[in-house]
Amino acid sequence: MKKVFSRPESLRDAATHYCPGCGHGIAHRLICEVIDELGIREKAIAVCPVGCAVVAYDYWNFDCCEAAHGRALAVATGIKRTQPDKFVFTYQGDGDLAAIGTAETIHAANRGENLSVAFINNAVYGMTGGQMAPTTLLGQKTATTPRGRNPAGEGYPLKICELLATLPAVASLERVALDSPGGVIKTKRALKAAFINQLEGKGFSLVEILSPCPVCWNKPAGEAWRWVREEMAKTFPLGKFK
Amino acid sequence: MSKKILMTGNEAIGEAAVRAGCDFYAGYPITPQNELTAYMAKRMPEENRVFVQAESELAAISMVMGASASGRRAMTSSSSPGISLKQEGISYLAGAQLPCLIVNIMRGGPGLGNIVPAQSDYFQATRGGGHGDYHCIVLAPCSVQEAHNLVFSGFALSDKYRAPAIILGDGMLGQMMEPLVVHSKKKNLSTKPWALTGCKGRRPNIVKSFYMQEGGLEEFNKALQKKYARIKEKEQRFEGIHLDDSEIILVAYGTQARIARVVVEALRKKGKKAGLLRPVTLWPFPADAFEELLKKKRKKVRFFVTEMSYGQMLEDVRLAVNGRAAVDFYGRAGGGIPTEEEILRRILQ
Amino acid sequence: MREEIICAGFGGQGVMLLGRVIAQAALKENRHVTWIPSYGAAMRGGCAFCTVVISDREIASPYVDKCDTLFVFNQPSWDKFKAKVRKGGLVLFNSSLIKAQQPPRQLRIRKLPFTETAFSLGEVRVANMAALGAFLKEKNILKYKTVLDVFSEITPRHKLHLLEVNKKALEKGYRGW
Repeated sequence: MKKVFSRPESLRDAATHYCPGCGHGIAHRLICEVIDELGIREKAIAVCPVGCAVVAYDYWNFDCCEAAHGRALAVATGIKRTQPDKFVFTYQGDGDLAAIGTAETIHAANRGENLSVAFINNAVYGMTGGQMAPTTLLGQKTATTPRGRNPAGEGYPLKICELLATLPAVASLERVALDSPGGVIKTKRALKAAFINQLEGKGFSLVEILSPCPVCWNKPAGEAWRWVREEMAKTFPLGKFK
Repeated sequence: MSKKILMTGNEAIGEAAVRAGCDFYAGYPITPQNELTAYMAKRMPEENRVFVQAESELAAISMVMGASASGRRAMTSSSSPGISLKQEGISYLAGAQLPCLIVNIMRGGPGLGNIVPAQSDYFQATRGGGHGDYHCIVLAPCSVQEAHNLVFSGFALSDKYRAPAIILGDGMLGQMMEPLVVHSKKKNLSTKPWALTGCKGRRPNIVKSFYMQEGGLEEFNKALQKKYARIKEKEQRFEGIHLDDSEIILVAYGTQARIARVVVEALRKKGKKAGLLRPVTLWPFPADAFEELLKKKRKKVRFFVTEMSYGQMLEDVRLAVNGRAAVDFYGRAGGGIPTEEEILRRILQ
Repeated sequence: MREEIICAGFGGQGVMLLGRVIAQAALKENRHVTWIPSYGAAMRGGCAFCTVVISDREIASPYVDKCDTLFVFNQPSWDKFKAKVRKGGLVLFNSSLIKAQQPPRQLRIRKLPFTETAFSLGEVRVANMAALGAFLKEKNILKYKTVLDVFSEITPRHKLHLLEVNKKALEKGYRGW
């Protein structure tokens, strides 16, 4: 009998610490599937963020490096510049990539570092308990916006793909959503394209993945997935930006 | 005799780094260390190494972390306010047990302060500087030649103990030109099986400082402290002048030690038995040297500390002396430096 | 022998280079030497200075509090550094740009028109080397020939055309007015 489905070699046989309905586990697995398919596990080096995915290295079966909050792309720059033959990617949340690490994100992109970025946008700080993220939607209630995010004083959701699209050194930008089986397949396709860009030396590629956080959003898993599709995607339109 | 060339301290440090096999440098402009960044921008590509001008000190030290995690010799440099920003990354490097070399060409503080030479970052350098129970190995050169030499030691010690090393100089040392004999190139690099090089033929490596399991961090911290105890035991370095017969011992490091040496000579001319103890490693502090002096000397000995600060190393001297002898102090920072006349006047008072 | 020198003037008058040439020449003559610049915001038009120490013995302190020779090229530098010259010390005083004043105390002041001389040679930037020529004459510390050798060594290829005029300025300073 032919085996048609199994755990990717890049994914360790471990139970994750993620909450039920969370998008991280799916994103982790998709990355592992792509790495296996491209045959690059033995030259892959991931830079993990500070945030919910801080221990991604416990789930990934390849070399991993920690970074301080927001500095993943700076650490990745150091790794890739000294080992240009390796495959280096960062995995970052919205607080990491779009708040405390905004400078690192914009400048790594602007230098055209030959890196791939998986950017998980779930509109909240998950690990610290659901505070407002730079990508929190207007009116969205969080631990630090109990009356809903008000643009007066709290600003607007930060659109990273749109911002980075102005930079000439960026190779590709795509926004996808973990909102449905179709969305999962599209996410994998986008990750694969971004990874191939690096292998072909095309430069900085970022995939923004809208991802559910049912616990911090205070919604059941099914409803959280619908919220990604019906609410988040309104503020963050899906598609290729570059 | 090897040929002597004139070089600034900043350039001498840069050339030493290149010769010591530094593969990666990231920096950000700040006076008075700009010549070092510019030197690396010129020299590193010539040797097929990597130079990056980072967007911030935070990014520069994190880039160094990435290069170090890759098993490469990596370095950054800055001056006081920039080094404050780097503390985040330095703590991570210490926590992940990654080697690297950090150069601080100190200026006056606190805050933006000014660009005059100062030694006001002693506490920051020797106590850890960032969050957590850690230390960096801190080396304090007093001449352009020694700055050059200590870069080699810094990289070697850092690799040996897997701990960040700091070269702590002041603005005068960075800017000053002196004759220098450059070291011949040597590259005896240790193997780094922990490095992230892709997991081909081995289990994946992880570079991290985070411990989620209960007890994991405490276990790690104990191991870290053991390592620091080993460094304290083995790596204390100092230079002594006239220590055998002296009754008044000046204690100073870096550029200030050179001024202290002139004071020692002046005191000797006046018939006073004066000597100099110049710590070369600030961490580990050469406390054993004080112990030895105090043990040997039955008769009166007193110490006089001088710094381009308002008394930072002074605390380590007092800890080492532990009340067994008088310890006096004179220091200035943020403008003029403590001069020979000023120090002499205070000693002879 | 220990000679402490301060070179001071407007940024752009070549005081840093003057100090470096002296330091390089001292090294060539197997002396111990240190050179320290003022650094930071002193750019063209501002006040710049450097200090040089030349010694037969190892230089303990490179810090210059009082000097044996002051090269001074503009008024603000004279006002700032005149009190830094030791009794009997030499002042190479750019009379083209500094107003004649009563010297504060016993100094060997040589009031010489460095800038005007440089102008007459067609290159205002060589005032520093005219002053260096005068220094070589006044103090028998460095050899004239050594300085010429330093000129040849440090002049970059794209500035070779300036070598001759620098030599002329040095000679004028050395021969006298």
